[in-house]
Amino acid sequence: MRFFLRRLGFYVITFWAAVTINFFIPRIMPGDPVRALIAKNQGRISTDAESALRTLFGLDKDTTLWQQYVDYWNLILHGDLGTSFTYFPTPVADVIAGAIPWTIGLVGIATIISFTVGTLIGSGIGWRRGTWADSLLPISTFFSAVPYFWLALIAITIFSVTLGWFPASGSYDRSLVPTFSWEFISSVIYYGTLPALTIVISSISGWILGMRNMMVTVSSEDYVTVAQAKGLSERTVLFGYAARNAILPQVSSFALSLGFIVGGTLIMEIVFSYQGIGYYLFTAVAAKDYPLMQGIFLVITVAVLFANIVADFVYGVLDPRTRQEG
Amino acid sequence: MTLTSPLDGAGAAPLASDGRSQRLTPSADPVLEIKNLSVDYGYDDDPVHVLRQVSLTLGRGEVLGLAGESGCGKSTLAYAATRLLPPPGLITGGEVLFTDRSGVKTDLLRLNDTQLRASRWQDMAIVFQGAMNSLNPVYRIGRQIADGIRAHEPKTTQKEALERAAELLDLVGIAPDRLKSYPHQLSGGMRQRVMIAMALALDPQVLIMDEPTTALDVVMQRQIVEQIAELRDRLGFSVIFITHDVSLLIEIADRIAIMYAGEIVEDAAALDVYHRPRHPYSSALLHSFPPLRGPRRELIGIPGSPPDLSKLGHGCPFADRCEFAFDACAKVNPQLVFPNVPGDDPRRAVACLRHDPSAVRAVGEEPPPVPPELSLT
Amino acid sequence: MTIDTSIVEEGRELEKPSQAPMTGAVAAAPGPRRSGPRKLLFLRNSKAITGMVILAFFLLIAVIGPWIAPYDPSARSSDILQPPSWEHWFGTTHLGQDVFSQILVGTRGVIVVGFVAGILATGIGVIIGVTAGYVGGLGDETLSVLANVFLVIPQLPLIIIIAGQLPSVGGVTVAVVIAITGWAWGARVLRAQTLSLRKRDFVEAARANGESTWRIITAEILPNLTAIIASGFVGTVAFAVLSLITLSFIGIGDTGEWNWGTVLYQAQSQLALQRGAWWWFVPAGLCIALLGMSLTLINFGIDEFVNPRLRSTGLNARSLRKRGIRPRIGFTPVVREAKEDRA
Repeated sequence: MRFFLRRLGFYVITFWAAVTINFFIPRIMPGDPVRALIAKNQGRISTDAESALRTLFGLDKDTTLWQQYVDYWNLILHGDLGTSFTYFPTPVADVIAGAIPWTIGLVGIATIISFTVGTLIGSGIGWRRGTWADSLLPISTFFSAVPYFWLALIAITIFSVTLGWFPASGSYDRSLVPTFSWEFISSVIYYGTLPALTIVISSISGWILGMRNMMVTVSSEDYVTVAQAKGLSERTVLFGYAARNAILPQVSSFALSLGFIVGGTLIMEIVFSYQGIGYYLFTAVAAKDYPLMQGIFLVITVAVLFANIVADFVYGVLDPRTRQEG
Repeated sequence: MTLTSPLDGAGAAPLASDGRSQRLTPSADPVLEIKNLSVDYGYDDDPVHVLRQVSLTLGRGEVLGLAGESGCGKSTLAYAATRLLPPPGLITGGEVLFTDRSGVKTDLLRLNDTQLRASRWQDMAIVFQGAMNSLNPVYRIGRQIADGIRAHEPKTTQKEALERAAELLDLVGIAPDRLKSYPHQLSGGMRQRVMIAMALALDPQVLIMDEPTTALDVVMQRQIVEQIAELRDRLGFSVIFITHDVSLLIEIADRIAIMYAGEIVEDAAALDVYHRPRHPYSSALLHSFPPLRGPRRELIGIPGSPPDLSKLGHGCPFADRCEFAFDACAKVNPQLVFPNVPGDDPRRAVACLRHDPSAVRAVGEEPPPVPPELSLT
Repeated sequence: MTIDTSIVEEGRELEKPSQAPMTGAVAAAPGPRRSGPRKLLFLRNSKAITGMVILAFFLLIAVIGPWIAPYDPSARSSDILQPPSWEHWFGTTHLGQDVFSQILVGTRGVIVVGFVAGILATGIGVIIGVTAGYVGGLGDETLSVLANVFLVIPQLPLIIIIAGQLPSVGGVTVAVVIAITGWAWGARVLRAQTLSLRKRDFVEAARANGESTWRIITAEILPNLTAIIASGFVGTVAFAVLSLITLSFIGIGDTGEWNWGTVLYQAQSQLALQRGAWWWFVPAGLCIALLGMSLTLINFGIDEFVNPRLRSTGLNARSLRKRGIRPRIGFTPVVREAKEDRA
């Protein structure tokens, strides 16, 4: 229990830190791009929305910094992230709400597949050292060094432009109306396959290498030798003893590298023009839509924190040492 | 001071005589015969020869002590005999013959994986030195004892296996409700007892114990050693007990083999080694430990350090550190021979040129006279 | 890889608590075949050597790239969207610019940002990590939480929102932003190692001798962290290179400054994909992969140097197969070679 409380405390601190970073960034930046944008949209923007933007970006120089900070938190906790300029006058929160299911669907599923398959392959390679399996190592080293988005470019060239197997962009056939029909869902799957495959291929090598190294380390632990001495089946020794312990650091590193992976996969959405969070982040950057940028950063951080909590929970289930009963 | 049984007056008097009869016929009924076992470290062209043609016989019901300094190859011998030596260990020759209760001999080094798996734990079980790391940290200990049982007896249900595990824990003096504990919830001594209970799960005929007490404090060491001796007397398995602590071996072992630089240099009854060590190294080793009982002896270190196994020459590996070394020692590596001193146990063997005049003459040297203190006491 | 055996044997013996017999020299015999100082072992690692050679190549290009580039990378010509030829090794862009020259000139930007960010982030990481590990207590708690916060917050989006709000984004600015967000991993590893070093005998002894904290850290602790600092530095350089290229690719940063990311940005925005102009984006990606791989290989070398267990026992897989050796845990291979020797 103490383990979980400690971790929970940590996530609260991280959330606070992320919000605070978000609060200070526009305030320490030179120039006032938002003021210019508000001025440009004068008359079209409601007074409420304008005051929210003033609070978010620190334009009210007459109030104290502390007062600004309190007001800022007040807005954040009410889910008010300001108004998007690109999708004016849609609130940032609504833009994000429309995008996030796509990202969770694509990035989430692809990441889980990549982690599961990569961990399995890594266990195998780490277990069967000195066999043909070792030759997979240089290949995965290469893939771990390639930027995700470049692999996406290659995938589009080969599978969309040259072979024409998959669409090069978008998340579903635009002629369809989004409903829960089979036609629509199959279109989503069809459009999502290539981006998902690309994410899996580019991120899987990290999991393979990590698990392989952990397997090598764990394999030389005494308890694995004891398991062999007991005459247990190869399967039991591999999964029950070696991989079962090697996966613990793998899960922690999953939690820690999630931020990095999410960052990389968001760029994939840009390349595939997949209408998730990453794509909106890109359009926000291109259009200098600061409220949207900041809002997306916050939402991504919260999502990553949530995934971390899940990973911690899984770790607690997997490792009895974290659940000291006294 | 009597050394008939390690359990002095611990209510084991009737068993002591049994132990004695075993000791007088150490290899009449062998359960494990290691013959000319050679082991290399390294798969490249220039491996280190860590074991060189080691032969050793374990009699049924016997406790055989294996002693020597760190790095002499005593653990390697145990791991190689069970084929558990980790990479880059490589067995390059020899035989490990196991004789089961019906007298059938099998060479463990010629078994395929399936056969070897079936034999393990059933015929021969091991207790490793690191009690801390020998248990899987993520499983309850009940499950870890039970999975060994069920791997060999597929018909056993998990419930039956756990009941057996509870009995085994009881055997080593641990409350059966500890079945539900995780390893990190147990003390070091308890973990080592769990390992012993686990090793006894399938009633093996040979139990190899690799420094089972090294990580424990002295009181715990003593309790564990006594417990092993008592269980041996009760269940009748044979033990190979590996340690660098010779005085501990004198207490528990029937016979002691001393290893040096990957070879056995002396192999004799425990009391003979204690009172009349024939090899200068055995003698030196004995004098570098305080005896657990009896009069205090002067502690003398062994000068120099163990030889580099990759740079061994032709001569005796101990010659550089030996106060009795003479010219021939640099030329011949002594073989294990029976000195056959009148009145001595005829089966005791030693690898020292002082006891092997014919080998000295073979290289054209004159053997020195056998010193009076070695002839017979 | 002749060092394997000595390390295995040593590791095995070192794990035993010191109850060694009172022999003249207590058990600390040096491994059998350790010739030469320990430092040189790293340089004998084939992975590390390969990585160093590739890295050296890119460093060289970073220095001389702009001089040996056959064309001005921004100069337009009438050879529009030409595939690779003798005149244009990597083909041309939609404006007739020479892709090969762009790559050569762009190497410097990548290397400079990578190394500046690497040095800065490693510096922050060493200061925070070593301090946290050495002082312990509340200071350690605070600094650890700080490092973990920076680890969990997604770096790339953070870099994007910071860099996206800066009025002008030059290479060095990007490097600073990357360093500020990317120091945490190194700090975390260094903290753990410092913590364990602090309890070692030689540090305790130095403290008992009354040496100053500063001296203990610089003379006793830092030298033992060299490998970890080096690996952290290499890892951060790789991260910085990827971040820079990603930023350039999504159009953040000075587009007048050439680097491999800006090449990819133009290729993407000018529809190189749809036009089938593979030569426009393939070379830049391969360069990134090659540079990244060289850094990964160097880190493999360092890892294997620090953790001997990871060292490949495989040596030459083919020769092992020929001798029927399959190195694995729990089933020691048996070869009957010794017997033949005797026969």
